[in-house]
This record gives sequence, structure tokens and C-alpha cells, in this order.
Amino acid sequence: MLLDFLDQLFSRHSGSSREQAKQRLKLILAHDRTDLTPAALEAMRLEILGVVSRYVELDSEGLQFHLAAEGGTTALIANLPIRRVKPLAPRPEDSLQQDAGAAPSEGGHLSSPSA
Amino acid sequence: MSRVIVVTSGKGGVGKTTLTANLGTALARLGRSVVVVDADFGLRNLDLLLGLENRVVYTALEVIAGECRLEQALVKDKRTPNLSLLPAAQTRNKTAANPDQMRQLIEKLAGSHDYVLIDCPAGIEQGFRNAIAGASEALIVTTPEVAAVRDADRVVGLLEAAGISSIQLIVNRLRPDMVAAGQMMSVEDVVEVLAIPLVGIIPEDREVIVSTNKGEPLVLSANPTLAAQAIQRIARRLEGETVEFPKLASLGESFWEKAKRFLNQKVL
Repeated sequence: MLLDFLDQLFSRHSGSSREQAKQRLKLILAHDRTDLTPAALEAMRLEILGVVSRYVELDSEGLQFHLAAEGGTTALIANLPIRRVKPLAPRPEDSLQQDAGAAPSEGGHLSSPSA
Repeated sequence: MSRVIVVTSGKGGVGKTTLTANLGTALARLGRSVVVVDADFGLRNLDLLLGLENRVVYTALEVIAGECRLEQALVKDKRTPNLSLLPAAQTRNKTAANPDQMRQLIEKLAGSHDYVLIDCPAGIEQGFRNAIAGASEALIVTTPEVAAVRDADRVVGLLEAAGISSIQLIVNRLRPDMVAAGQMMSVEDVVEVLAIPLVGIIPEDREVIVSTNKGEPLVLSANPTLAAQAIQRIARRLEGETVEFPKLASLGESFWEKAKRFLNQKVL
């Protein structure tokens, strides 16, 4: 009886199965909705890391890269902790200047609304 | 202006048919003329839940094939004067009709009723496409479980792609005690994840089994249970009335109800 009560009391924290269900759903729905294959997501991850790594040195420990469903939209959440800025960023001459060259901020947070 | 509403979920066993039977009955008791359509060809059950199984003569398939008139296939519910049922065929399967035929059938029904409620089969294949063909609105039924919510989200996507933009959510079989204990997603959790407007919250109710045993919709009871009251509120919301959602705690069994159940189990 007492144990049950204590269990209930503490299960309200993020470890509760209720919270787990919600978090798992957010992740899986984000993938369902975008219809991106795991291979495409991985390719995108590598390309983005490639671009960012030209300018800064990333901390591979804290890297996060996943889709999340927030309300009606799906967001790509990328958290790329920067270890240090590289002294001489080689600048590619093509169109990347406009997009990626815009200044990758610390702990960059890319989000793209999608259907 | 009649309303054609498909009741759907993706996943099976979440309560579509029970909801269709009870919501149809509740709307009819508000004075609307209602036809409930069983679109689950091959696995028909709506007739059973309404207690009308012995009065089925023709089904939607005979109407589609031109073997009988639409009026001949409609089974009128004697307990609920404004309610009738268009049964599904039990002998054939879901490919026995196509979406165009269903659309024509539903159009005819819409001409003579205020509400056409379509009970959609589980799944997202042809049975689903048939069921949504004539609909302009959808009620998504889900339970607060990961599999049901995931399937519901998939169905929302398919409905939107099919041009059905009025989509409302019903969270069924909620157990307030489990939500409070952190063991079940709350209605807010489900609404946040699915991001569609909520039209009903129905608590888990043991009486559902009893009512289906008897073929008597819950909402006909003189002492409607909490689930029956919840469905009656959904009917009023569909009618455009603003009806507040009761607090979570009041959706659960009271102490006395629990005590009564306990005594019933142990003593009687």
C-alpha cells in the first residue's frame, strides 16, 4: 500500500510511462509524417555535419540530430555543440555562401516546417 | 443541410462501432433524423450493437447492385424513432464495393437524413477508402495508447489528402486513475501530439460490455453511465452547442461506485 503510494508519487516525473509514451510518439510521428527514410535522414545528417565542420570543430559527444513533432508541424532538431572555431574556414565558391555561410550559431537549431 | 460524418481510427478495437451506435442514438434522441451506415463489409457488427441483427433483410450491397431499393434495406430502430441502420453485407469482403458506388449511396442517404454516420472498418485499405468516399467530416477515435495514437495520426494524414478537412478527435477509454498515476497519457497529451480539435472524452466503462451483450446502446439507459453522458455531450457539441469538458477526476468512478462494484464482485 505504502509502496504503491510512493511509486505513484515518484512516477509523475519524466520517467513515468505516461511521459515515455508521449515522447516516443512525438518521435515516431515526426518520422511517419515526413516520410523520410532512415537512409535519407542519415545522408542529410552527414551532409549538414560536413558543412558545419568546415567552419567549426564540433563536439561529437553532445551531437543531436532528430525529427520531432510539435503540434501540427514537424521540426528537424539539430544540436551541434561547438568545441572551437576553426581559424581559416575554407569558403566554397558556390551557392553555399547564401545558406550555410550565414553564420552557424552556437548550438545551432535548425527547424523546417513541413506538411 | 445534412452532415455526412465518418467515424474512423486506423487501429481496430478502439471503439468505433460502439461510438457510432451510441452517437447515432444520442443524435436521434435530440430530434435529428439519423442513419448509421455499417461500412465494414464482411465483418459487420453495427447491427449487433444496436440489437437490430434479426431485422436485417437487405444490405448496402444489394442496394448498390440494384437488387432492392434503398428504403427496403434501411432498418428502423423501434426504440429510437429517428434512427435507422444501413447494414453491411456479411458474406462478401471489402472489395465488393468501390468508392464511387459508396459515394452515390451516401449521397442518397444524405438527401433524406440530417446525419449520416459511417462506421469505418479498421485499416487504411479499400474498406477505409470506401467508407470515407462520401464523407465531408470525420471523427477520429483513439485510445490513450501509443499504437492507437500513431494509427490515428496516419489516418488524419490520409483524410486530409482525401480533402476531408473537418476532423475532430474523440479520446476513448480514458482511465483517469491511471492518468493521475502517470501510467496513461492524458487527453492533453494526446491532443498535443495529434494537433486536431477535441470533441469528446469518454472514460473507460464496464457497462459497454453489458450493453453490447444486450444490444442496447448505453445512451438509452435511464441512468446513463459516465461514458454514456460523455457521448451525449458529443452529440450536443456536434449540434453546435458549447458543452464544457468535465474535470478529469469527475470522469472516474466515485468512492461509492468503487465500493458498490467491490461488493457486487465479492458478495453477490
